[in-house]
Amino acid sequence: MGIIKTKDLIFEYIRRDEEGNVEGITRAVDNVSLKIEQGDFVAVLGHNGSGKSTLAKHLNAILYPTEGTVWVDGKDTSDDDKLWEIRQTAGMVFQNPDNQIIGQVVEEDVGFGPENLGVPTKEIWERVEESLKAVGMYEFRKHSPNKLSGGQKQRVSIAGVIAMHPKCIVLDEPTAMLDPKGRKEVIRAVRALNDVERITVILITHYMEEIIYADKVFVMDNGTVAMEGTPREIFSQVEKLKELRLDVPQVTLLAHELKQGGLDLPDGILTKEELVDALMKLKK
Amino acid sequence: MLKDITLGQYYQTDSVIHRLDPRVKLVSTVVFIISLFIVDNFIGYLIAAAFLFAVIKLSKVPFSFMVRGMKSILILLLFAVVFNLFLTPGEVLVSFWKLKITKEGLRLAVMMAVRLMFLIIGSSVMTLTTTPNHLTDGLEKLLNPLKVFKVPVHEIAMMMSIALRFIPILLEETDKIMKAQIARGADFESGNLFKKAKSLVPLLVPLFISAFRRANDLATAMEARCYRGGEHRTKMKPLVYAKRDFMAYAFVFGYLVLCIVFGKILF
Repeated sequence: MGIIKTKDLIFEYIRRDEEGNVEGITRAVDNVSLKIEQGDFVAVLGHNGSGKSTLAKHLNAILYPTEGTVWVDGKDTSDDDKLWEIRQTAGMVFQNPDNQIIGQVVEEDVGFGPENLGVPTKEIWERVEESLKAVGMYEFRKHSPNKLSGGQKQRVSIAGVIAMHPKCIVLDEPTAMLDPKGRKEVIRAVRALNDVERITVILITHYMEEIIYADKVFVMDNGTVAMEGTPREIFSQVEKLKELRLDVPQVTLLAHELKQGGLDLPDGILTKEELVDALMKLKK
Repeated sequence: MLKDITLGQYYQTDSVIHRLDPRVKLVSTVVFIISLFIVDNFIGYLIAAAFLFAVIKLSKVPFSFMVRGMKSILILLLFAVVFNLFLTPGEVLVSFWKLKITKEGLRLAVMMAVRLMFLIIGSSVMTLTTTPNHLTDGLEKLLNPLKVFKVPVHEIAMMMSIALRFIPILLEETDKIMKAQIARGADFESGNLFKKAKSLVPLLVPLFISAFRRANDLATAMEARCYRGGEHRTKMKPLVYAKRDFMAYAFVFGYLVLCIVFGKILF
């Protein structure tokens, strides 16, 4: 069984007017069944309002399914007794770096999670050190979070989650508020975690270039999983992605256009190097 | 520019006083304030002055920083002095027009002035040598016994430290909103007080909305990191008394005894 599994997951937001009468129901997640294997790097892609963030919030029991079930490491998220175990197993990083840092010093913030778990003081320090080193923020441990850049703050948030020793970490659009440099920093840190520590990563994003490193990609639209597969499989279907109002990375788009123009290129080219190789082969 | 403000008035340096446990400093400040109201003779104040002087020297904080806090109470100080000076009945020393300065009045005025000044300097020593973080920690630990009376001590301390963390962020946000409103023609500068207050509305409304949104986000983030109140929680930086803390307690207690003996009983 995978680390995360959902079955027929449905979630409905209920809008109420001032008297509390139901004004309308929005189905944000509609019949999603998916399975994520331990150690994978999974990307969930989708346009605004596609339900990807709502799905993410189910993975560590911030939201509970209206219908269907979510299992995290074999535990049902609607089981109240397992709540804290689930939240420890599946850590979560949010979009706005300012609104998730609690401590006034970087190291104190990273220690916040372990403190909540009741980890002994000596071990907290060990965990803080290793987590900050894992995201490359160790030298900033005595700094105030207010003086860090967005990318640095987000890496501190990630360290705060891994200090809780989760098996899996869910990142809900962690790069949406960052500049390109900060985005690169964060994605590099996340990839390192997946490669080195073998932590399962679930990256929710709408940036195409961030998903090319993923083992598996889910594309969401209107609350359902519209596409599923490896990045290469997803990017070979440029037309369908356009239909879902998603941008395709420039290189992939260029390769696609060239192919449409009659060149014999393979489908799903992801990087500049691949395109150059393919073109060189054609030339020969 | 708002980013660089320092909260409280912590003065960064390394001294014995800085290293003391915040609980010691809190208790000592209270003891010092009490001692000021116990003593009522010259020798008592001399002892208090000597104590204060010794602590300031040990703290390595420049004296000018201590005096800075005095500005805010200058008016209060003046009031206390003037009222005590002119309105205390007793043996008249000088009199002109309807005002007369009495011997008792002079004594009371000087005492009040010294008391207030010592009080401010004494508490400045604490805030100058303790980070707000440490202060909150110390307060939480000291107030812990109140839990018996169902006072949410941990929650209060947590609220204080979150407030401290968010003050610079909200200040920055205020700055941003203000600039955005100015760019669209808002005027925060001119007009009378009433008009100025009114012009703050378009600033405060978005600020409040954003603060609530942040609070909501933060609460979710805290829950996601398994925060569930003070129960079962361990501390990354627990407060542990060191030898110097007990010595400081002994020192302060000795000072209090001296004050009572010389400032009250003997003379």
